[in-house]
Amino acid sequence: MGEPPAGPGAGEAPLPKSAGESPPTPSPEPPGSSERRRARWADEAFGAFALAAAATLVALPVLLVLIVGQDAQAAIVRFGPAFLIGRIWDSNLPPVTFGASTFIAGTLETSAIALLIGVPLSLGGAVFLAELAPDWLRAPVASVVDLLAAVPSVVFGLWGLYVLVPYMRTSVDPFLAKYLGWSPLFAEHAGSQSGASILTASIILAIMILPTISSVSREALRATPDSQREAALSLGATRWEATRLGPLAYARTGIFGAAVLGLGRAMGETMAVTMTVGNSDNFASSLFDPGQTLSSKIAINFGNAVGLERSALVELGLILMALSLLVNVVARLLLRSMTRIGKAGV
Amino acid sequence: MRPPKRRRRRAKSFVLLGLCAVAVLVMLAPLASILYTCFVNGAGAITPSFFLKNPPQACNPAAGAPCPQGGVADAILGTLLLVGLASAIALPVGILGGIYLSEFSERPLARPARFLADVMTGIPSIVIGVFVFGIFYFVAQEGWISTFSAVSGYTGAVALAVIMIPVVARTCEESLRLVPTSIREASLALGIPRHRTIVRIVLSSARGGVLTGALLAVARAGGETAPLLLTAGFTTGSIFGLSGWTPSLPVLIYQFSAGGEPNTTQLAWGAALMLVLMMLVISVGARLALRNRFGGRTT
Amino acid sequence: MVEHLNAWYGKTHAIQDISLTFPDKQATAIIGPSGCGKSTFIRCLNRIHETQPKARAEGRVLLDGNDVYQEDPTEIRRKIGMVFQRPNVFPTMSIYGNVAAGLKLHGGYSHDEIDTLVIESLKKSALWDEVKEKLDQSALQLSGGQQQRLCIARALAVQPEVLLMDEPASALDPISTARIEDLIFDLKHQVPVIIVTHNMQQAARVADRTAFLYLGKLVEIAPTRDLFERPAEKLTESYITGRFG
Repeated sequence: MGEPPAGPGAGEAPLPKSAGESPPTPSPEPPGSSERRRARWADEAFGAFALAAAATLVALPVLLVLIVGQDAQAAIVRFGPAFLIGRIWDSNLPPVTFGASTFIAGTLETSAIALLIGVPLSLGGAVFLAELAPDWLRAPVASVVDLLAAVPSVVFGLWGLYVLVPYMRTSVDPFLAKYLGWSPLFAEHAGSQSGASILTASIILAIMILPTISSVSREALRATPDSQREAALSLGATRWEATRLGPLAYARTGIFGAAVLGLGRAMGETMAVTMTVGNSDNFASSLFDPGQTLSSKIAINFGNAVGLERSALVELGLILMALSLLVNVVARLLLRSMTRIGKAGV
Repeated sequence: MRPPKRRRRRAKSFVLLGLCAVAVLVMLAPLASILYTCFVNGAGAITPSFFLKNPPQACNPAAGAPCPQGGVADAILGTLLLVGLASAIALPVGILGGIYLSEFSERPLARPARFLADVMTGIPSIVIGVFVFGIFYFVAQEGWISTFSAVSGYTGAVALAVIMIPVVARTCEESLRLVPTSIREASLALGIPRHRTIVRIVLSSARGGVLTGALLAVARAGGETAPLLLTAGFTTGSIFGLSGWTPSLPVLIYQFSAGGEPNTTQLAWGAALMLVLMMLVISVGARLALRNRFGGRTT
Repeated sequence: MVEHLNAWYGKTHAIQDISLTFPDKQATAIIGPSGCGKSTFIRCLNRIHETQPKARAEGRVLLDGNDVYQEDPTEIRRKIGMVFQRPNVFPTMSIYGNVAAGLKLHGGYSHDEIDTLVIESLKKSALWDEVKEKLDQSALQLSGGQQQRLCIARALAVQPEVLLMDEPASALDPISTARIEDLIFDLKHQVPVIIVTHNMQQAARVADRTAFLYLGKLVEIAPTRDLFERPAEKLTESYITGRFG
């Protein structure tokens, strides 16, 4: 792959189209020592540019923490840790009160349900694509599944609003209420029959994390050596048992990492949730109730908020960031330990 | 005692593996439904006026005044300007950053930079919106800029760039790492200076992967909504440059999704159709380009 | 007993019309140069060959007079145990769990029966003394040779009627290899062993009978001593004297 190294003068490799950022390179080159001096100068200039770019990579997250922390400071000082457990968000009545617990609960609830629905589905799909599907079917179907990741979040939201929400209202919610209505989780309240609810947002999220979980766990399954499958088969395992003893056990760290990665995606997702969750600041005790997540609360209110309320919204962002960072770090560590095991071999 | 057990195991295997096949079908269903609804609801909106006009102002069909169909001209323009400016910032910085991570990986800044770039890609995009808004709000408050407000096209473009930079840097790094060390050594051994080796040999060998990564980042920026909602704002009027509120297709979809004026919902669907098609074309194109280049090494 | 066995990988005809018989209470070695089809051959015997994409097999393999290819493959693979080139323990299971894995799959055993069979198998595979203190630890802690003996114990636990071994010592150091060879020598009195090896000394050490395969065909099968000292075929002679392969 690649091209043969070109001599300095002759047969130069074509410049990549994206090289608009390349430093001014001397050409045509003057002969002799001045050429070497200019080359060294250009080397250093190039190194400085690259260093500046790398410094940007370091500076952005640092600056992010500073700015977001600074903007949230007013709310942090005013409400302290009580912000985390407060249930009321009211900017009209004096004294203004802002509490985040409803939204934290909304975020955790929706992403947990999204995992409950999304993980079995995408894992089943990954098993089919990695273990069962013939070669000619595997690649195209996997690509189409991955295309789901290319659909913008706001389009998921629009689809959710016009397709999923009515369907939930007319079919799914009444069905669940009929058979599971005895449980408070599936209780129908006044105002909870619009179809836009915690449950609807969770289903949208489940769909949105399918490609992530499915592609990562597919890779993990494919990385299982054949000898593992054969070990199970040679003991007389059926095809399912061989899959369970072989790839599913072997890749379990990777699959777990995939699920945690999906959790991170689900928690940070904004638009599709905002458009389907119902946007109610009241605590949702039933899955059919409209609710609000950290991200949807910011999206809905940030444009109009001033002063202390904006600071409180920024603090919501800070909490959201902390949650998703935690989840992402866990996912990364899991996936890294998987590649280590994979390399060590069994 | 054993034969019935064996039959049950076989049935269990058949049922569970069958469920896996069903799971694939269930996974494919939402994409099919999304494409279908976008076409059914949005295809009618795609007329010349869709590209040339702006959304209709308040009208009252009950009173007999017909509503103009309108279009999303300035939202298209806004998206192009926002993504264009964001790319102009993020691609050079990201690619140079990727070069540093891959070619100068022995230098002390490489490890923290790589780690923090990974951290940045895990931060929800709406938090990036809060962050960039915070910067511009601070700057505007201090009076350092007076030509535009904190909510403006410039703010939006910077927010998109902040999202793109770490993505571009990491994909660029990964592509550069695929270039065998021997090629670098061969070039350096010929006395070619390091920067020329990197730009003309290494970057050039890896240009397929780098361009694909850049393209996917641009596509992702084109679909971002939440940060633009906070930073670029929205307007149905015309825009002049990026110094004021700047509409974009994704934000337009969100603003028009709840209905309101009769034709706006259809405009939202039309915009969604356009956006989805653009994303799919870029995504499929990038995949095919990668496959051709690396002979199916990608999955 | 094998009659007219043919096997393919895609369009490659890997096994061409092989017929032979494996007597009870004996170890049979299968030798031949790499790529001659000896692994494919024994992988056909327990029908694991056909689990590979684009692989198929035809012919009759008789076990107790029943054709393996007419029966349920899972049951056949229980009756015909197999040990592979590289130790392939289940990394997420304990030592005990590895040996018990097959028993748990097939079911119908009480806890006590499983315990007894696990201990018995570990003793048969000469691993018991080394692992009896740490049965619940991960199988990955064992050395390569120990892992391979664990795989043998795992195969023995389901009480197979035949044991297939596909170059079981090729990935091991000389000392571990010697232990495995001793083990095969002991095992063959309990269960017939069919061992594939590219190492002629190994065949000479452990096997009662030896078959020589070349380019997917059976060239010769004879008592080991006869085959090495008085080969009937010229091809066999040039192979064992090291003229090719």
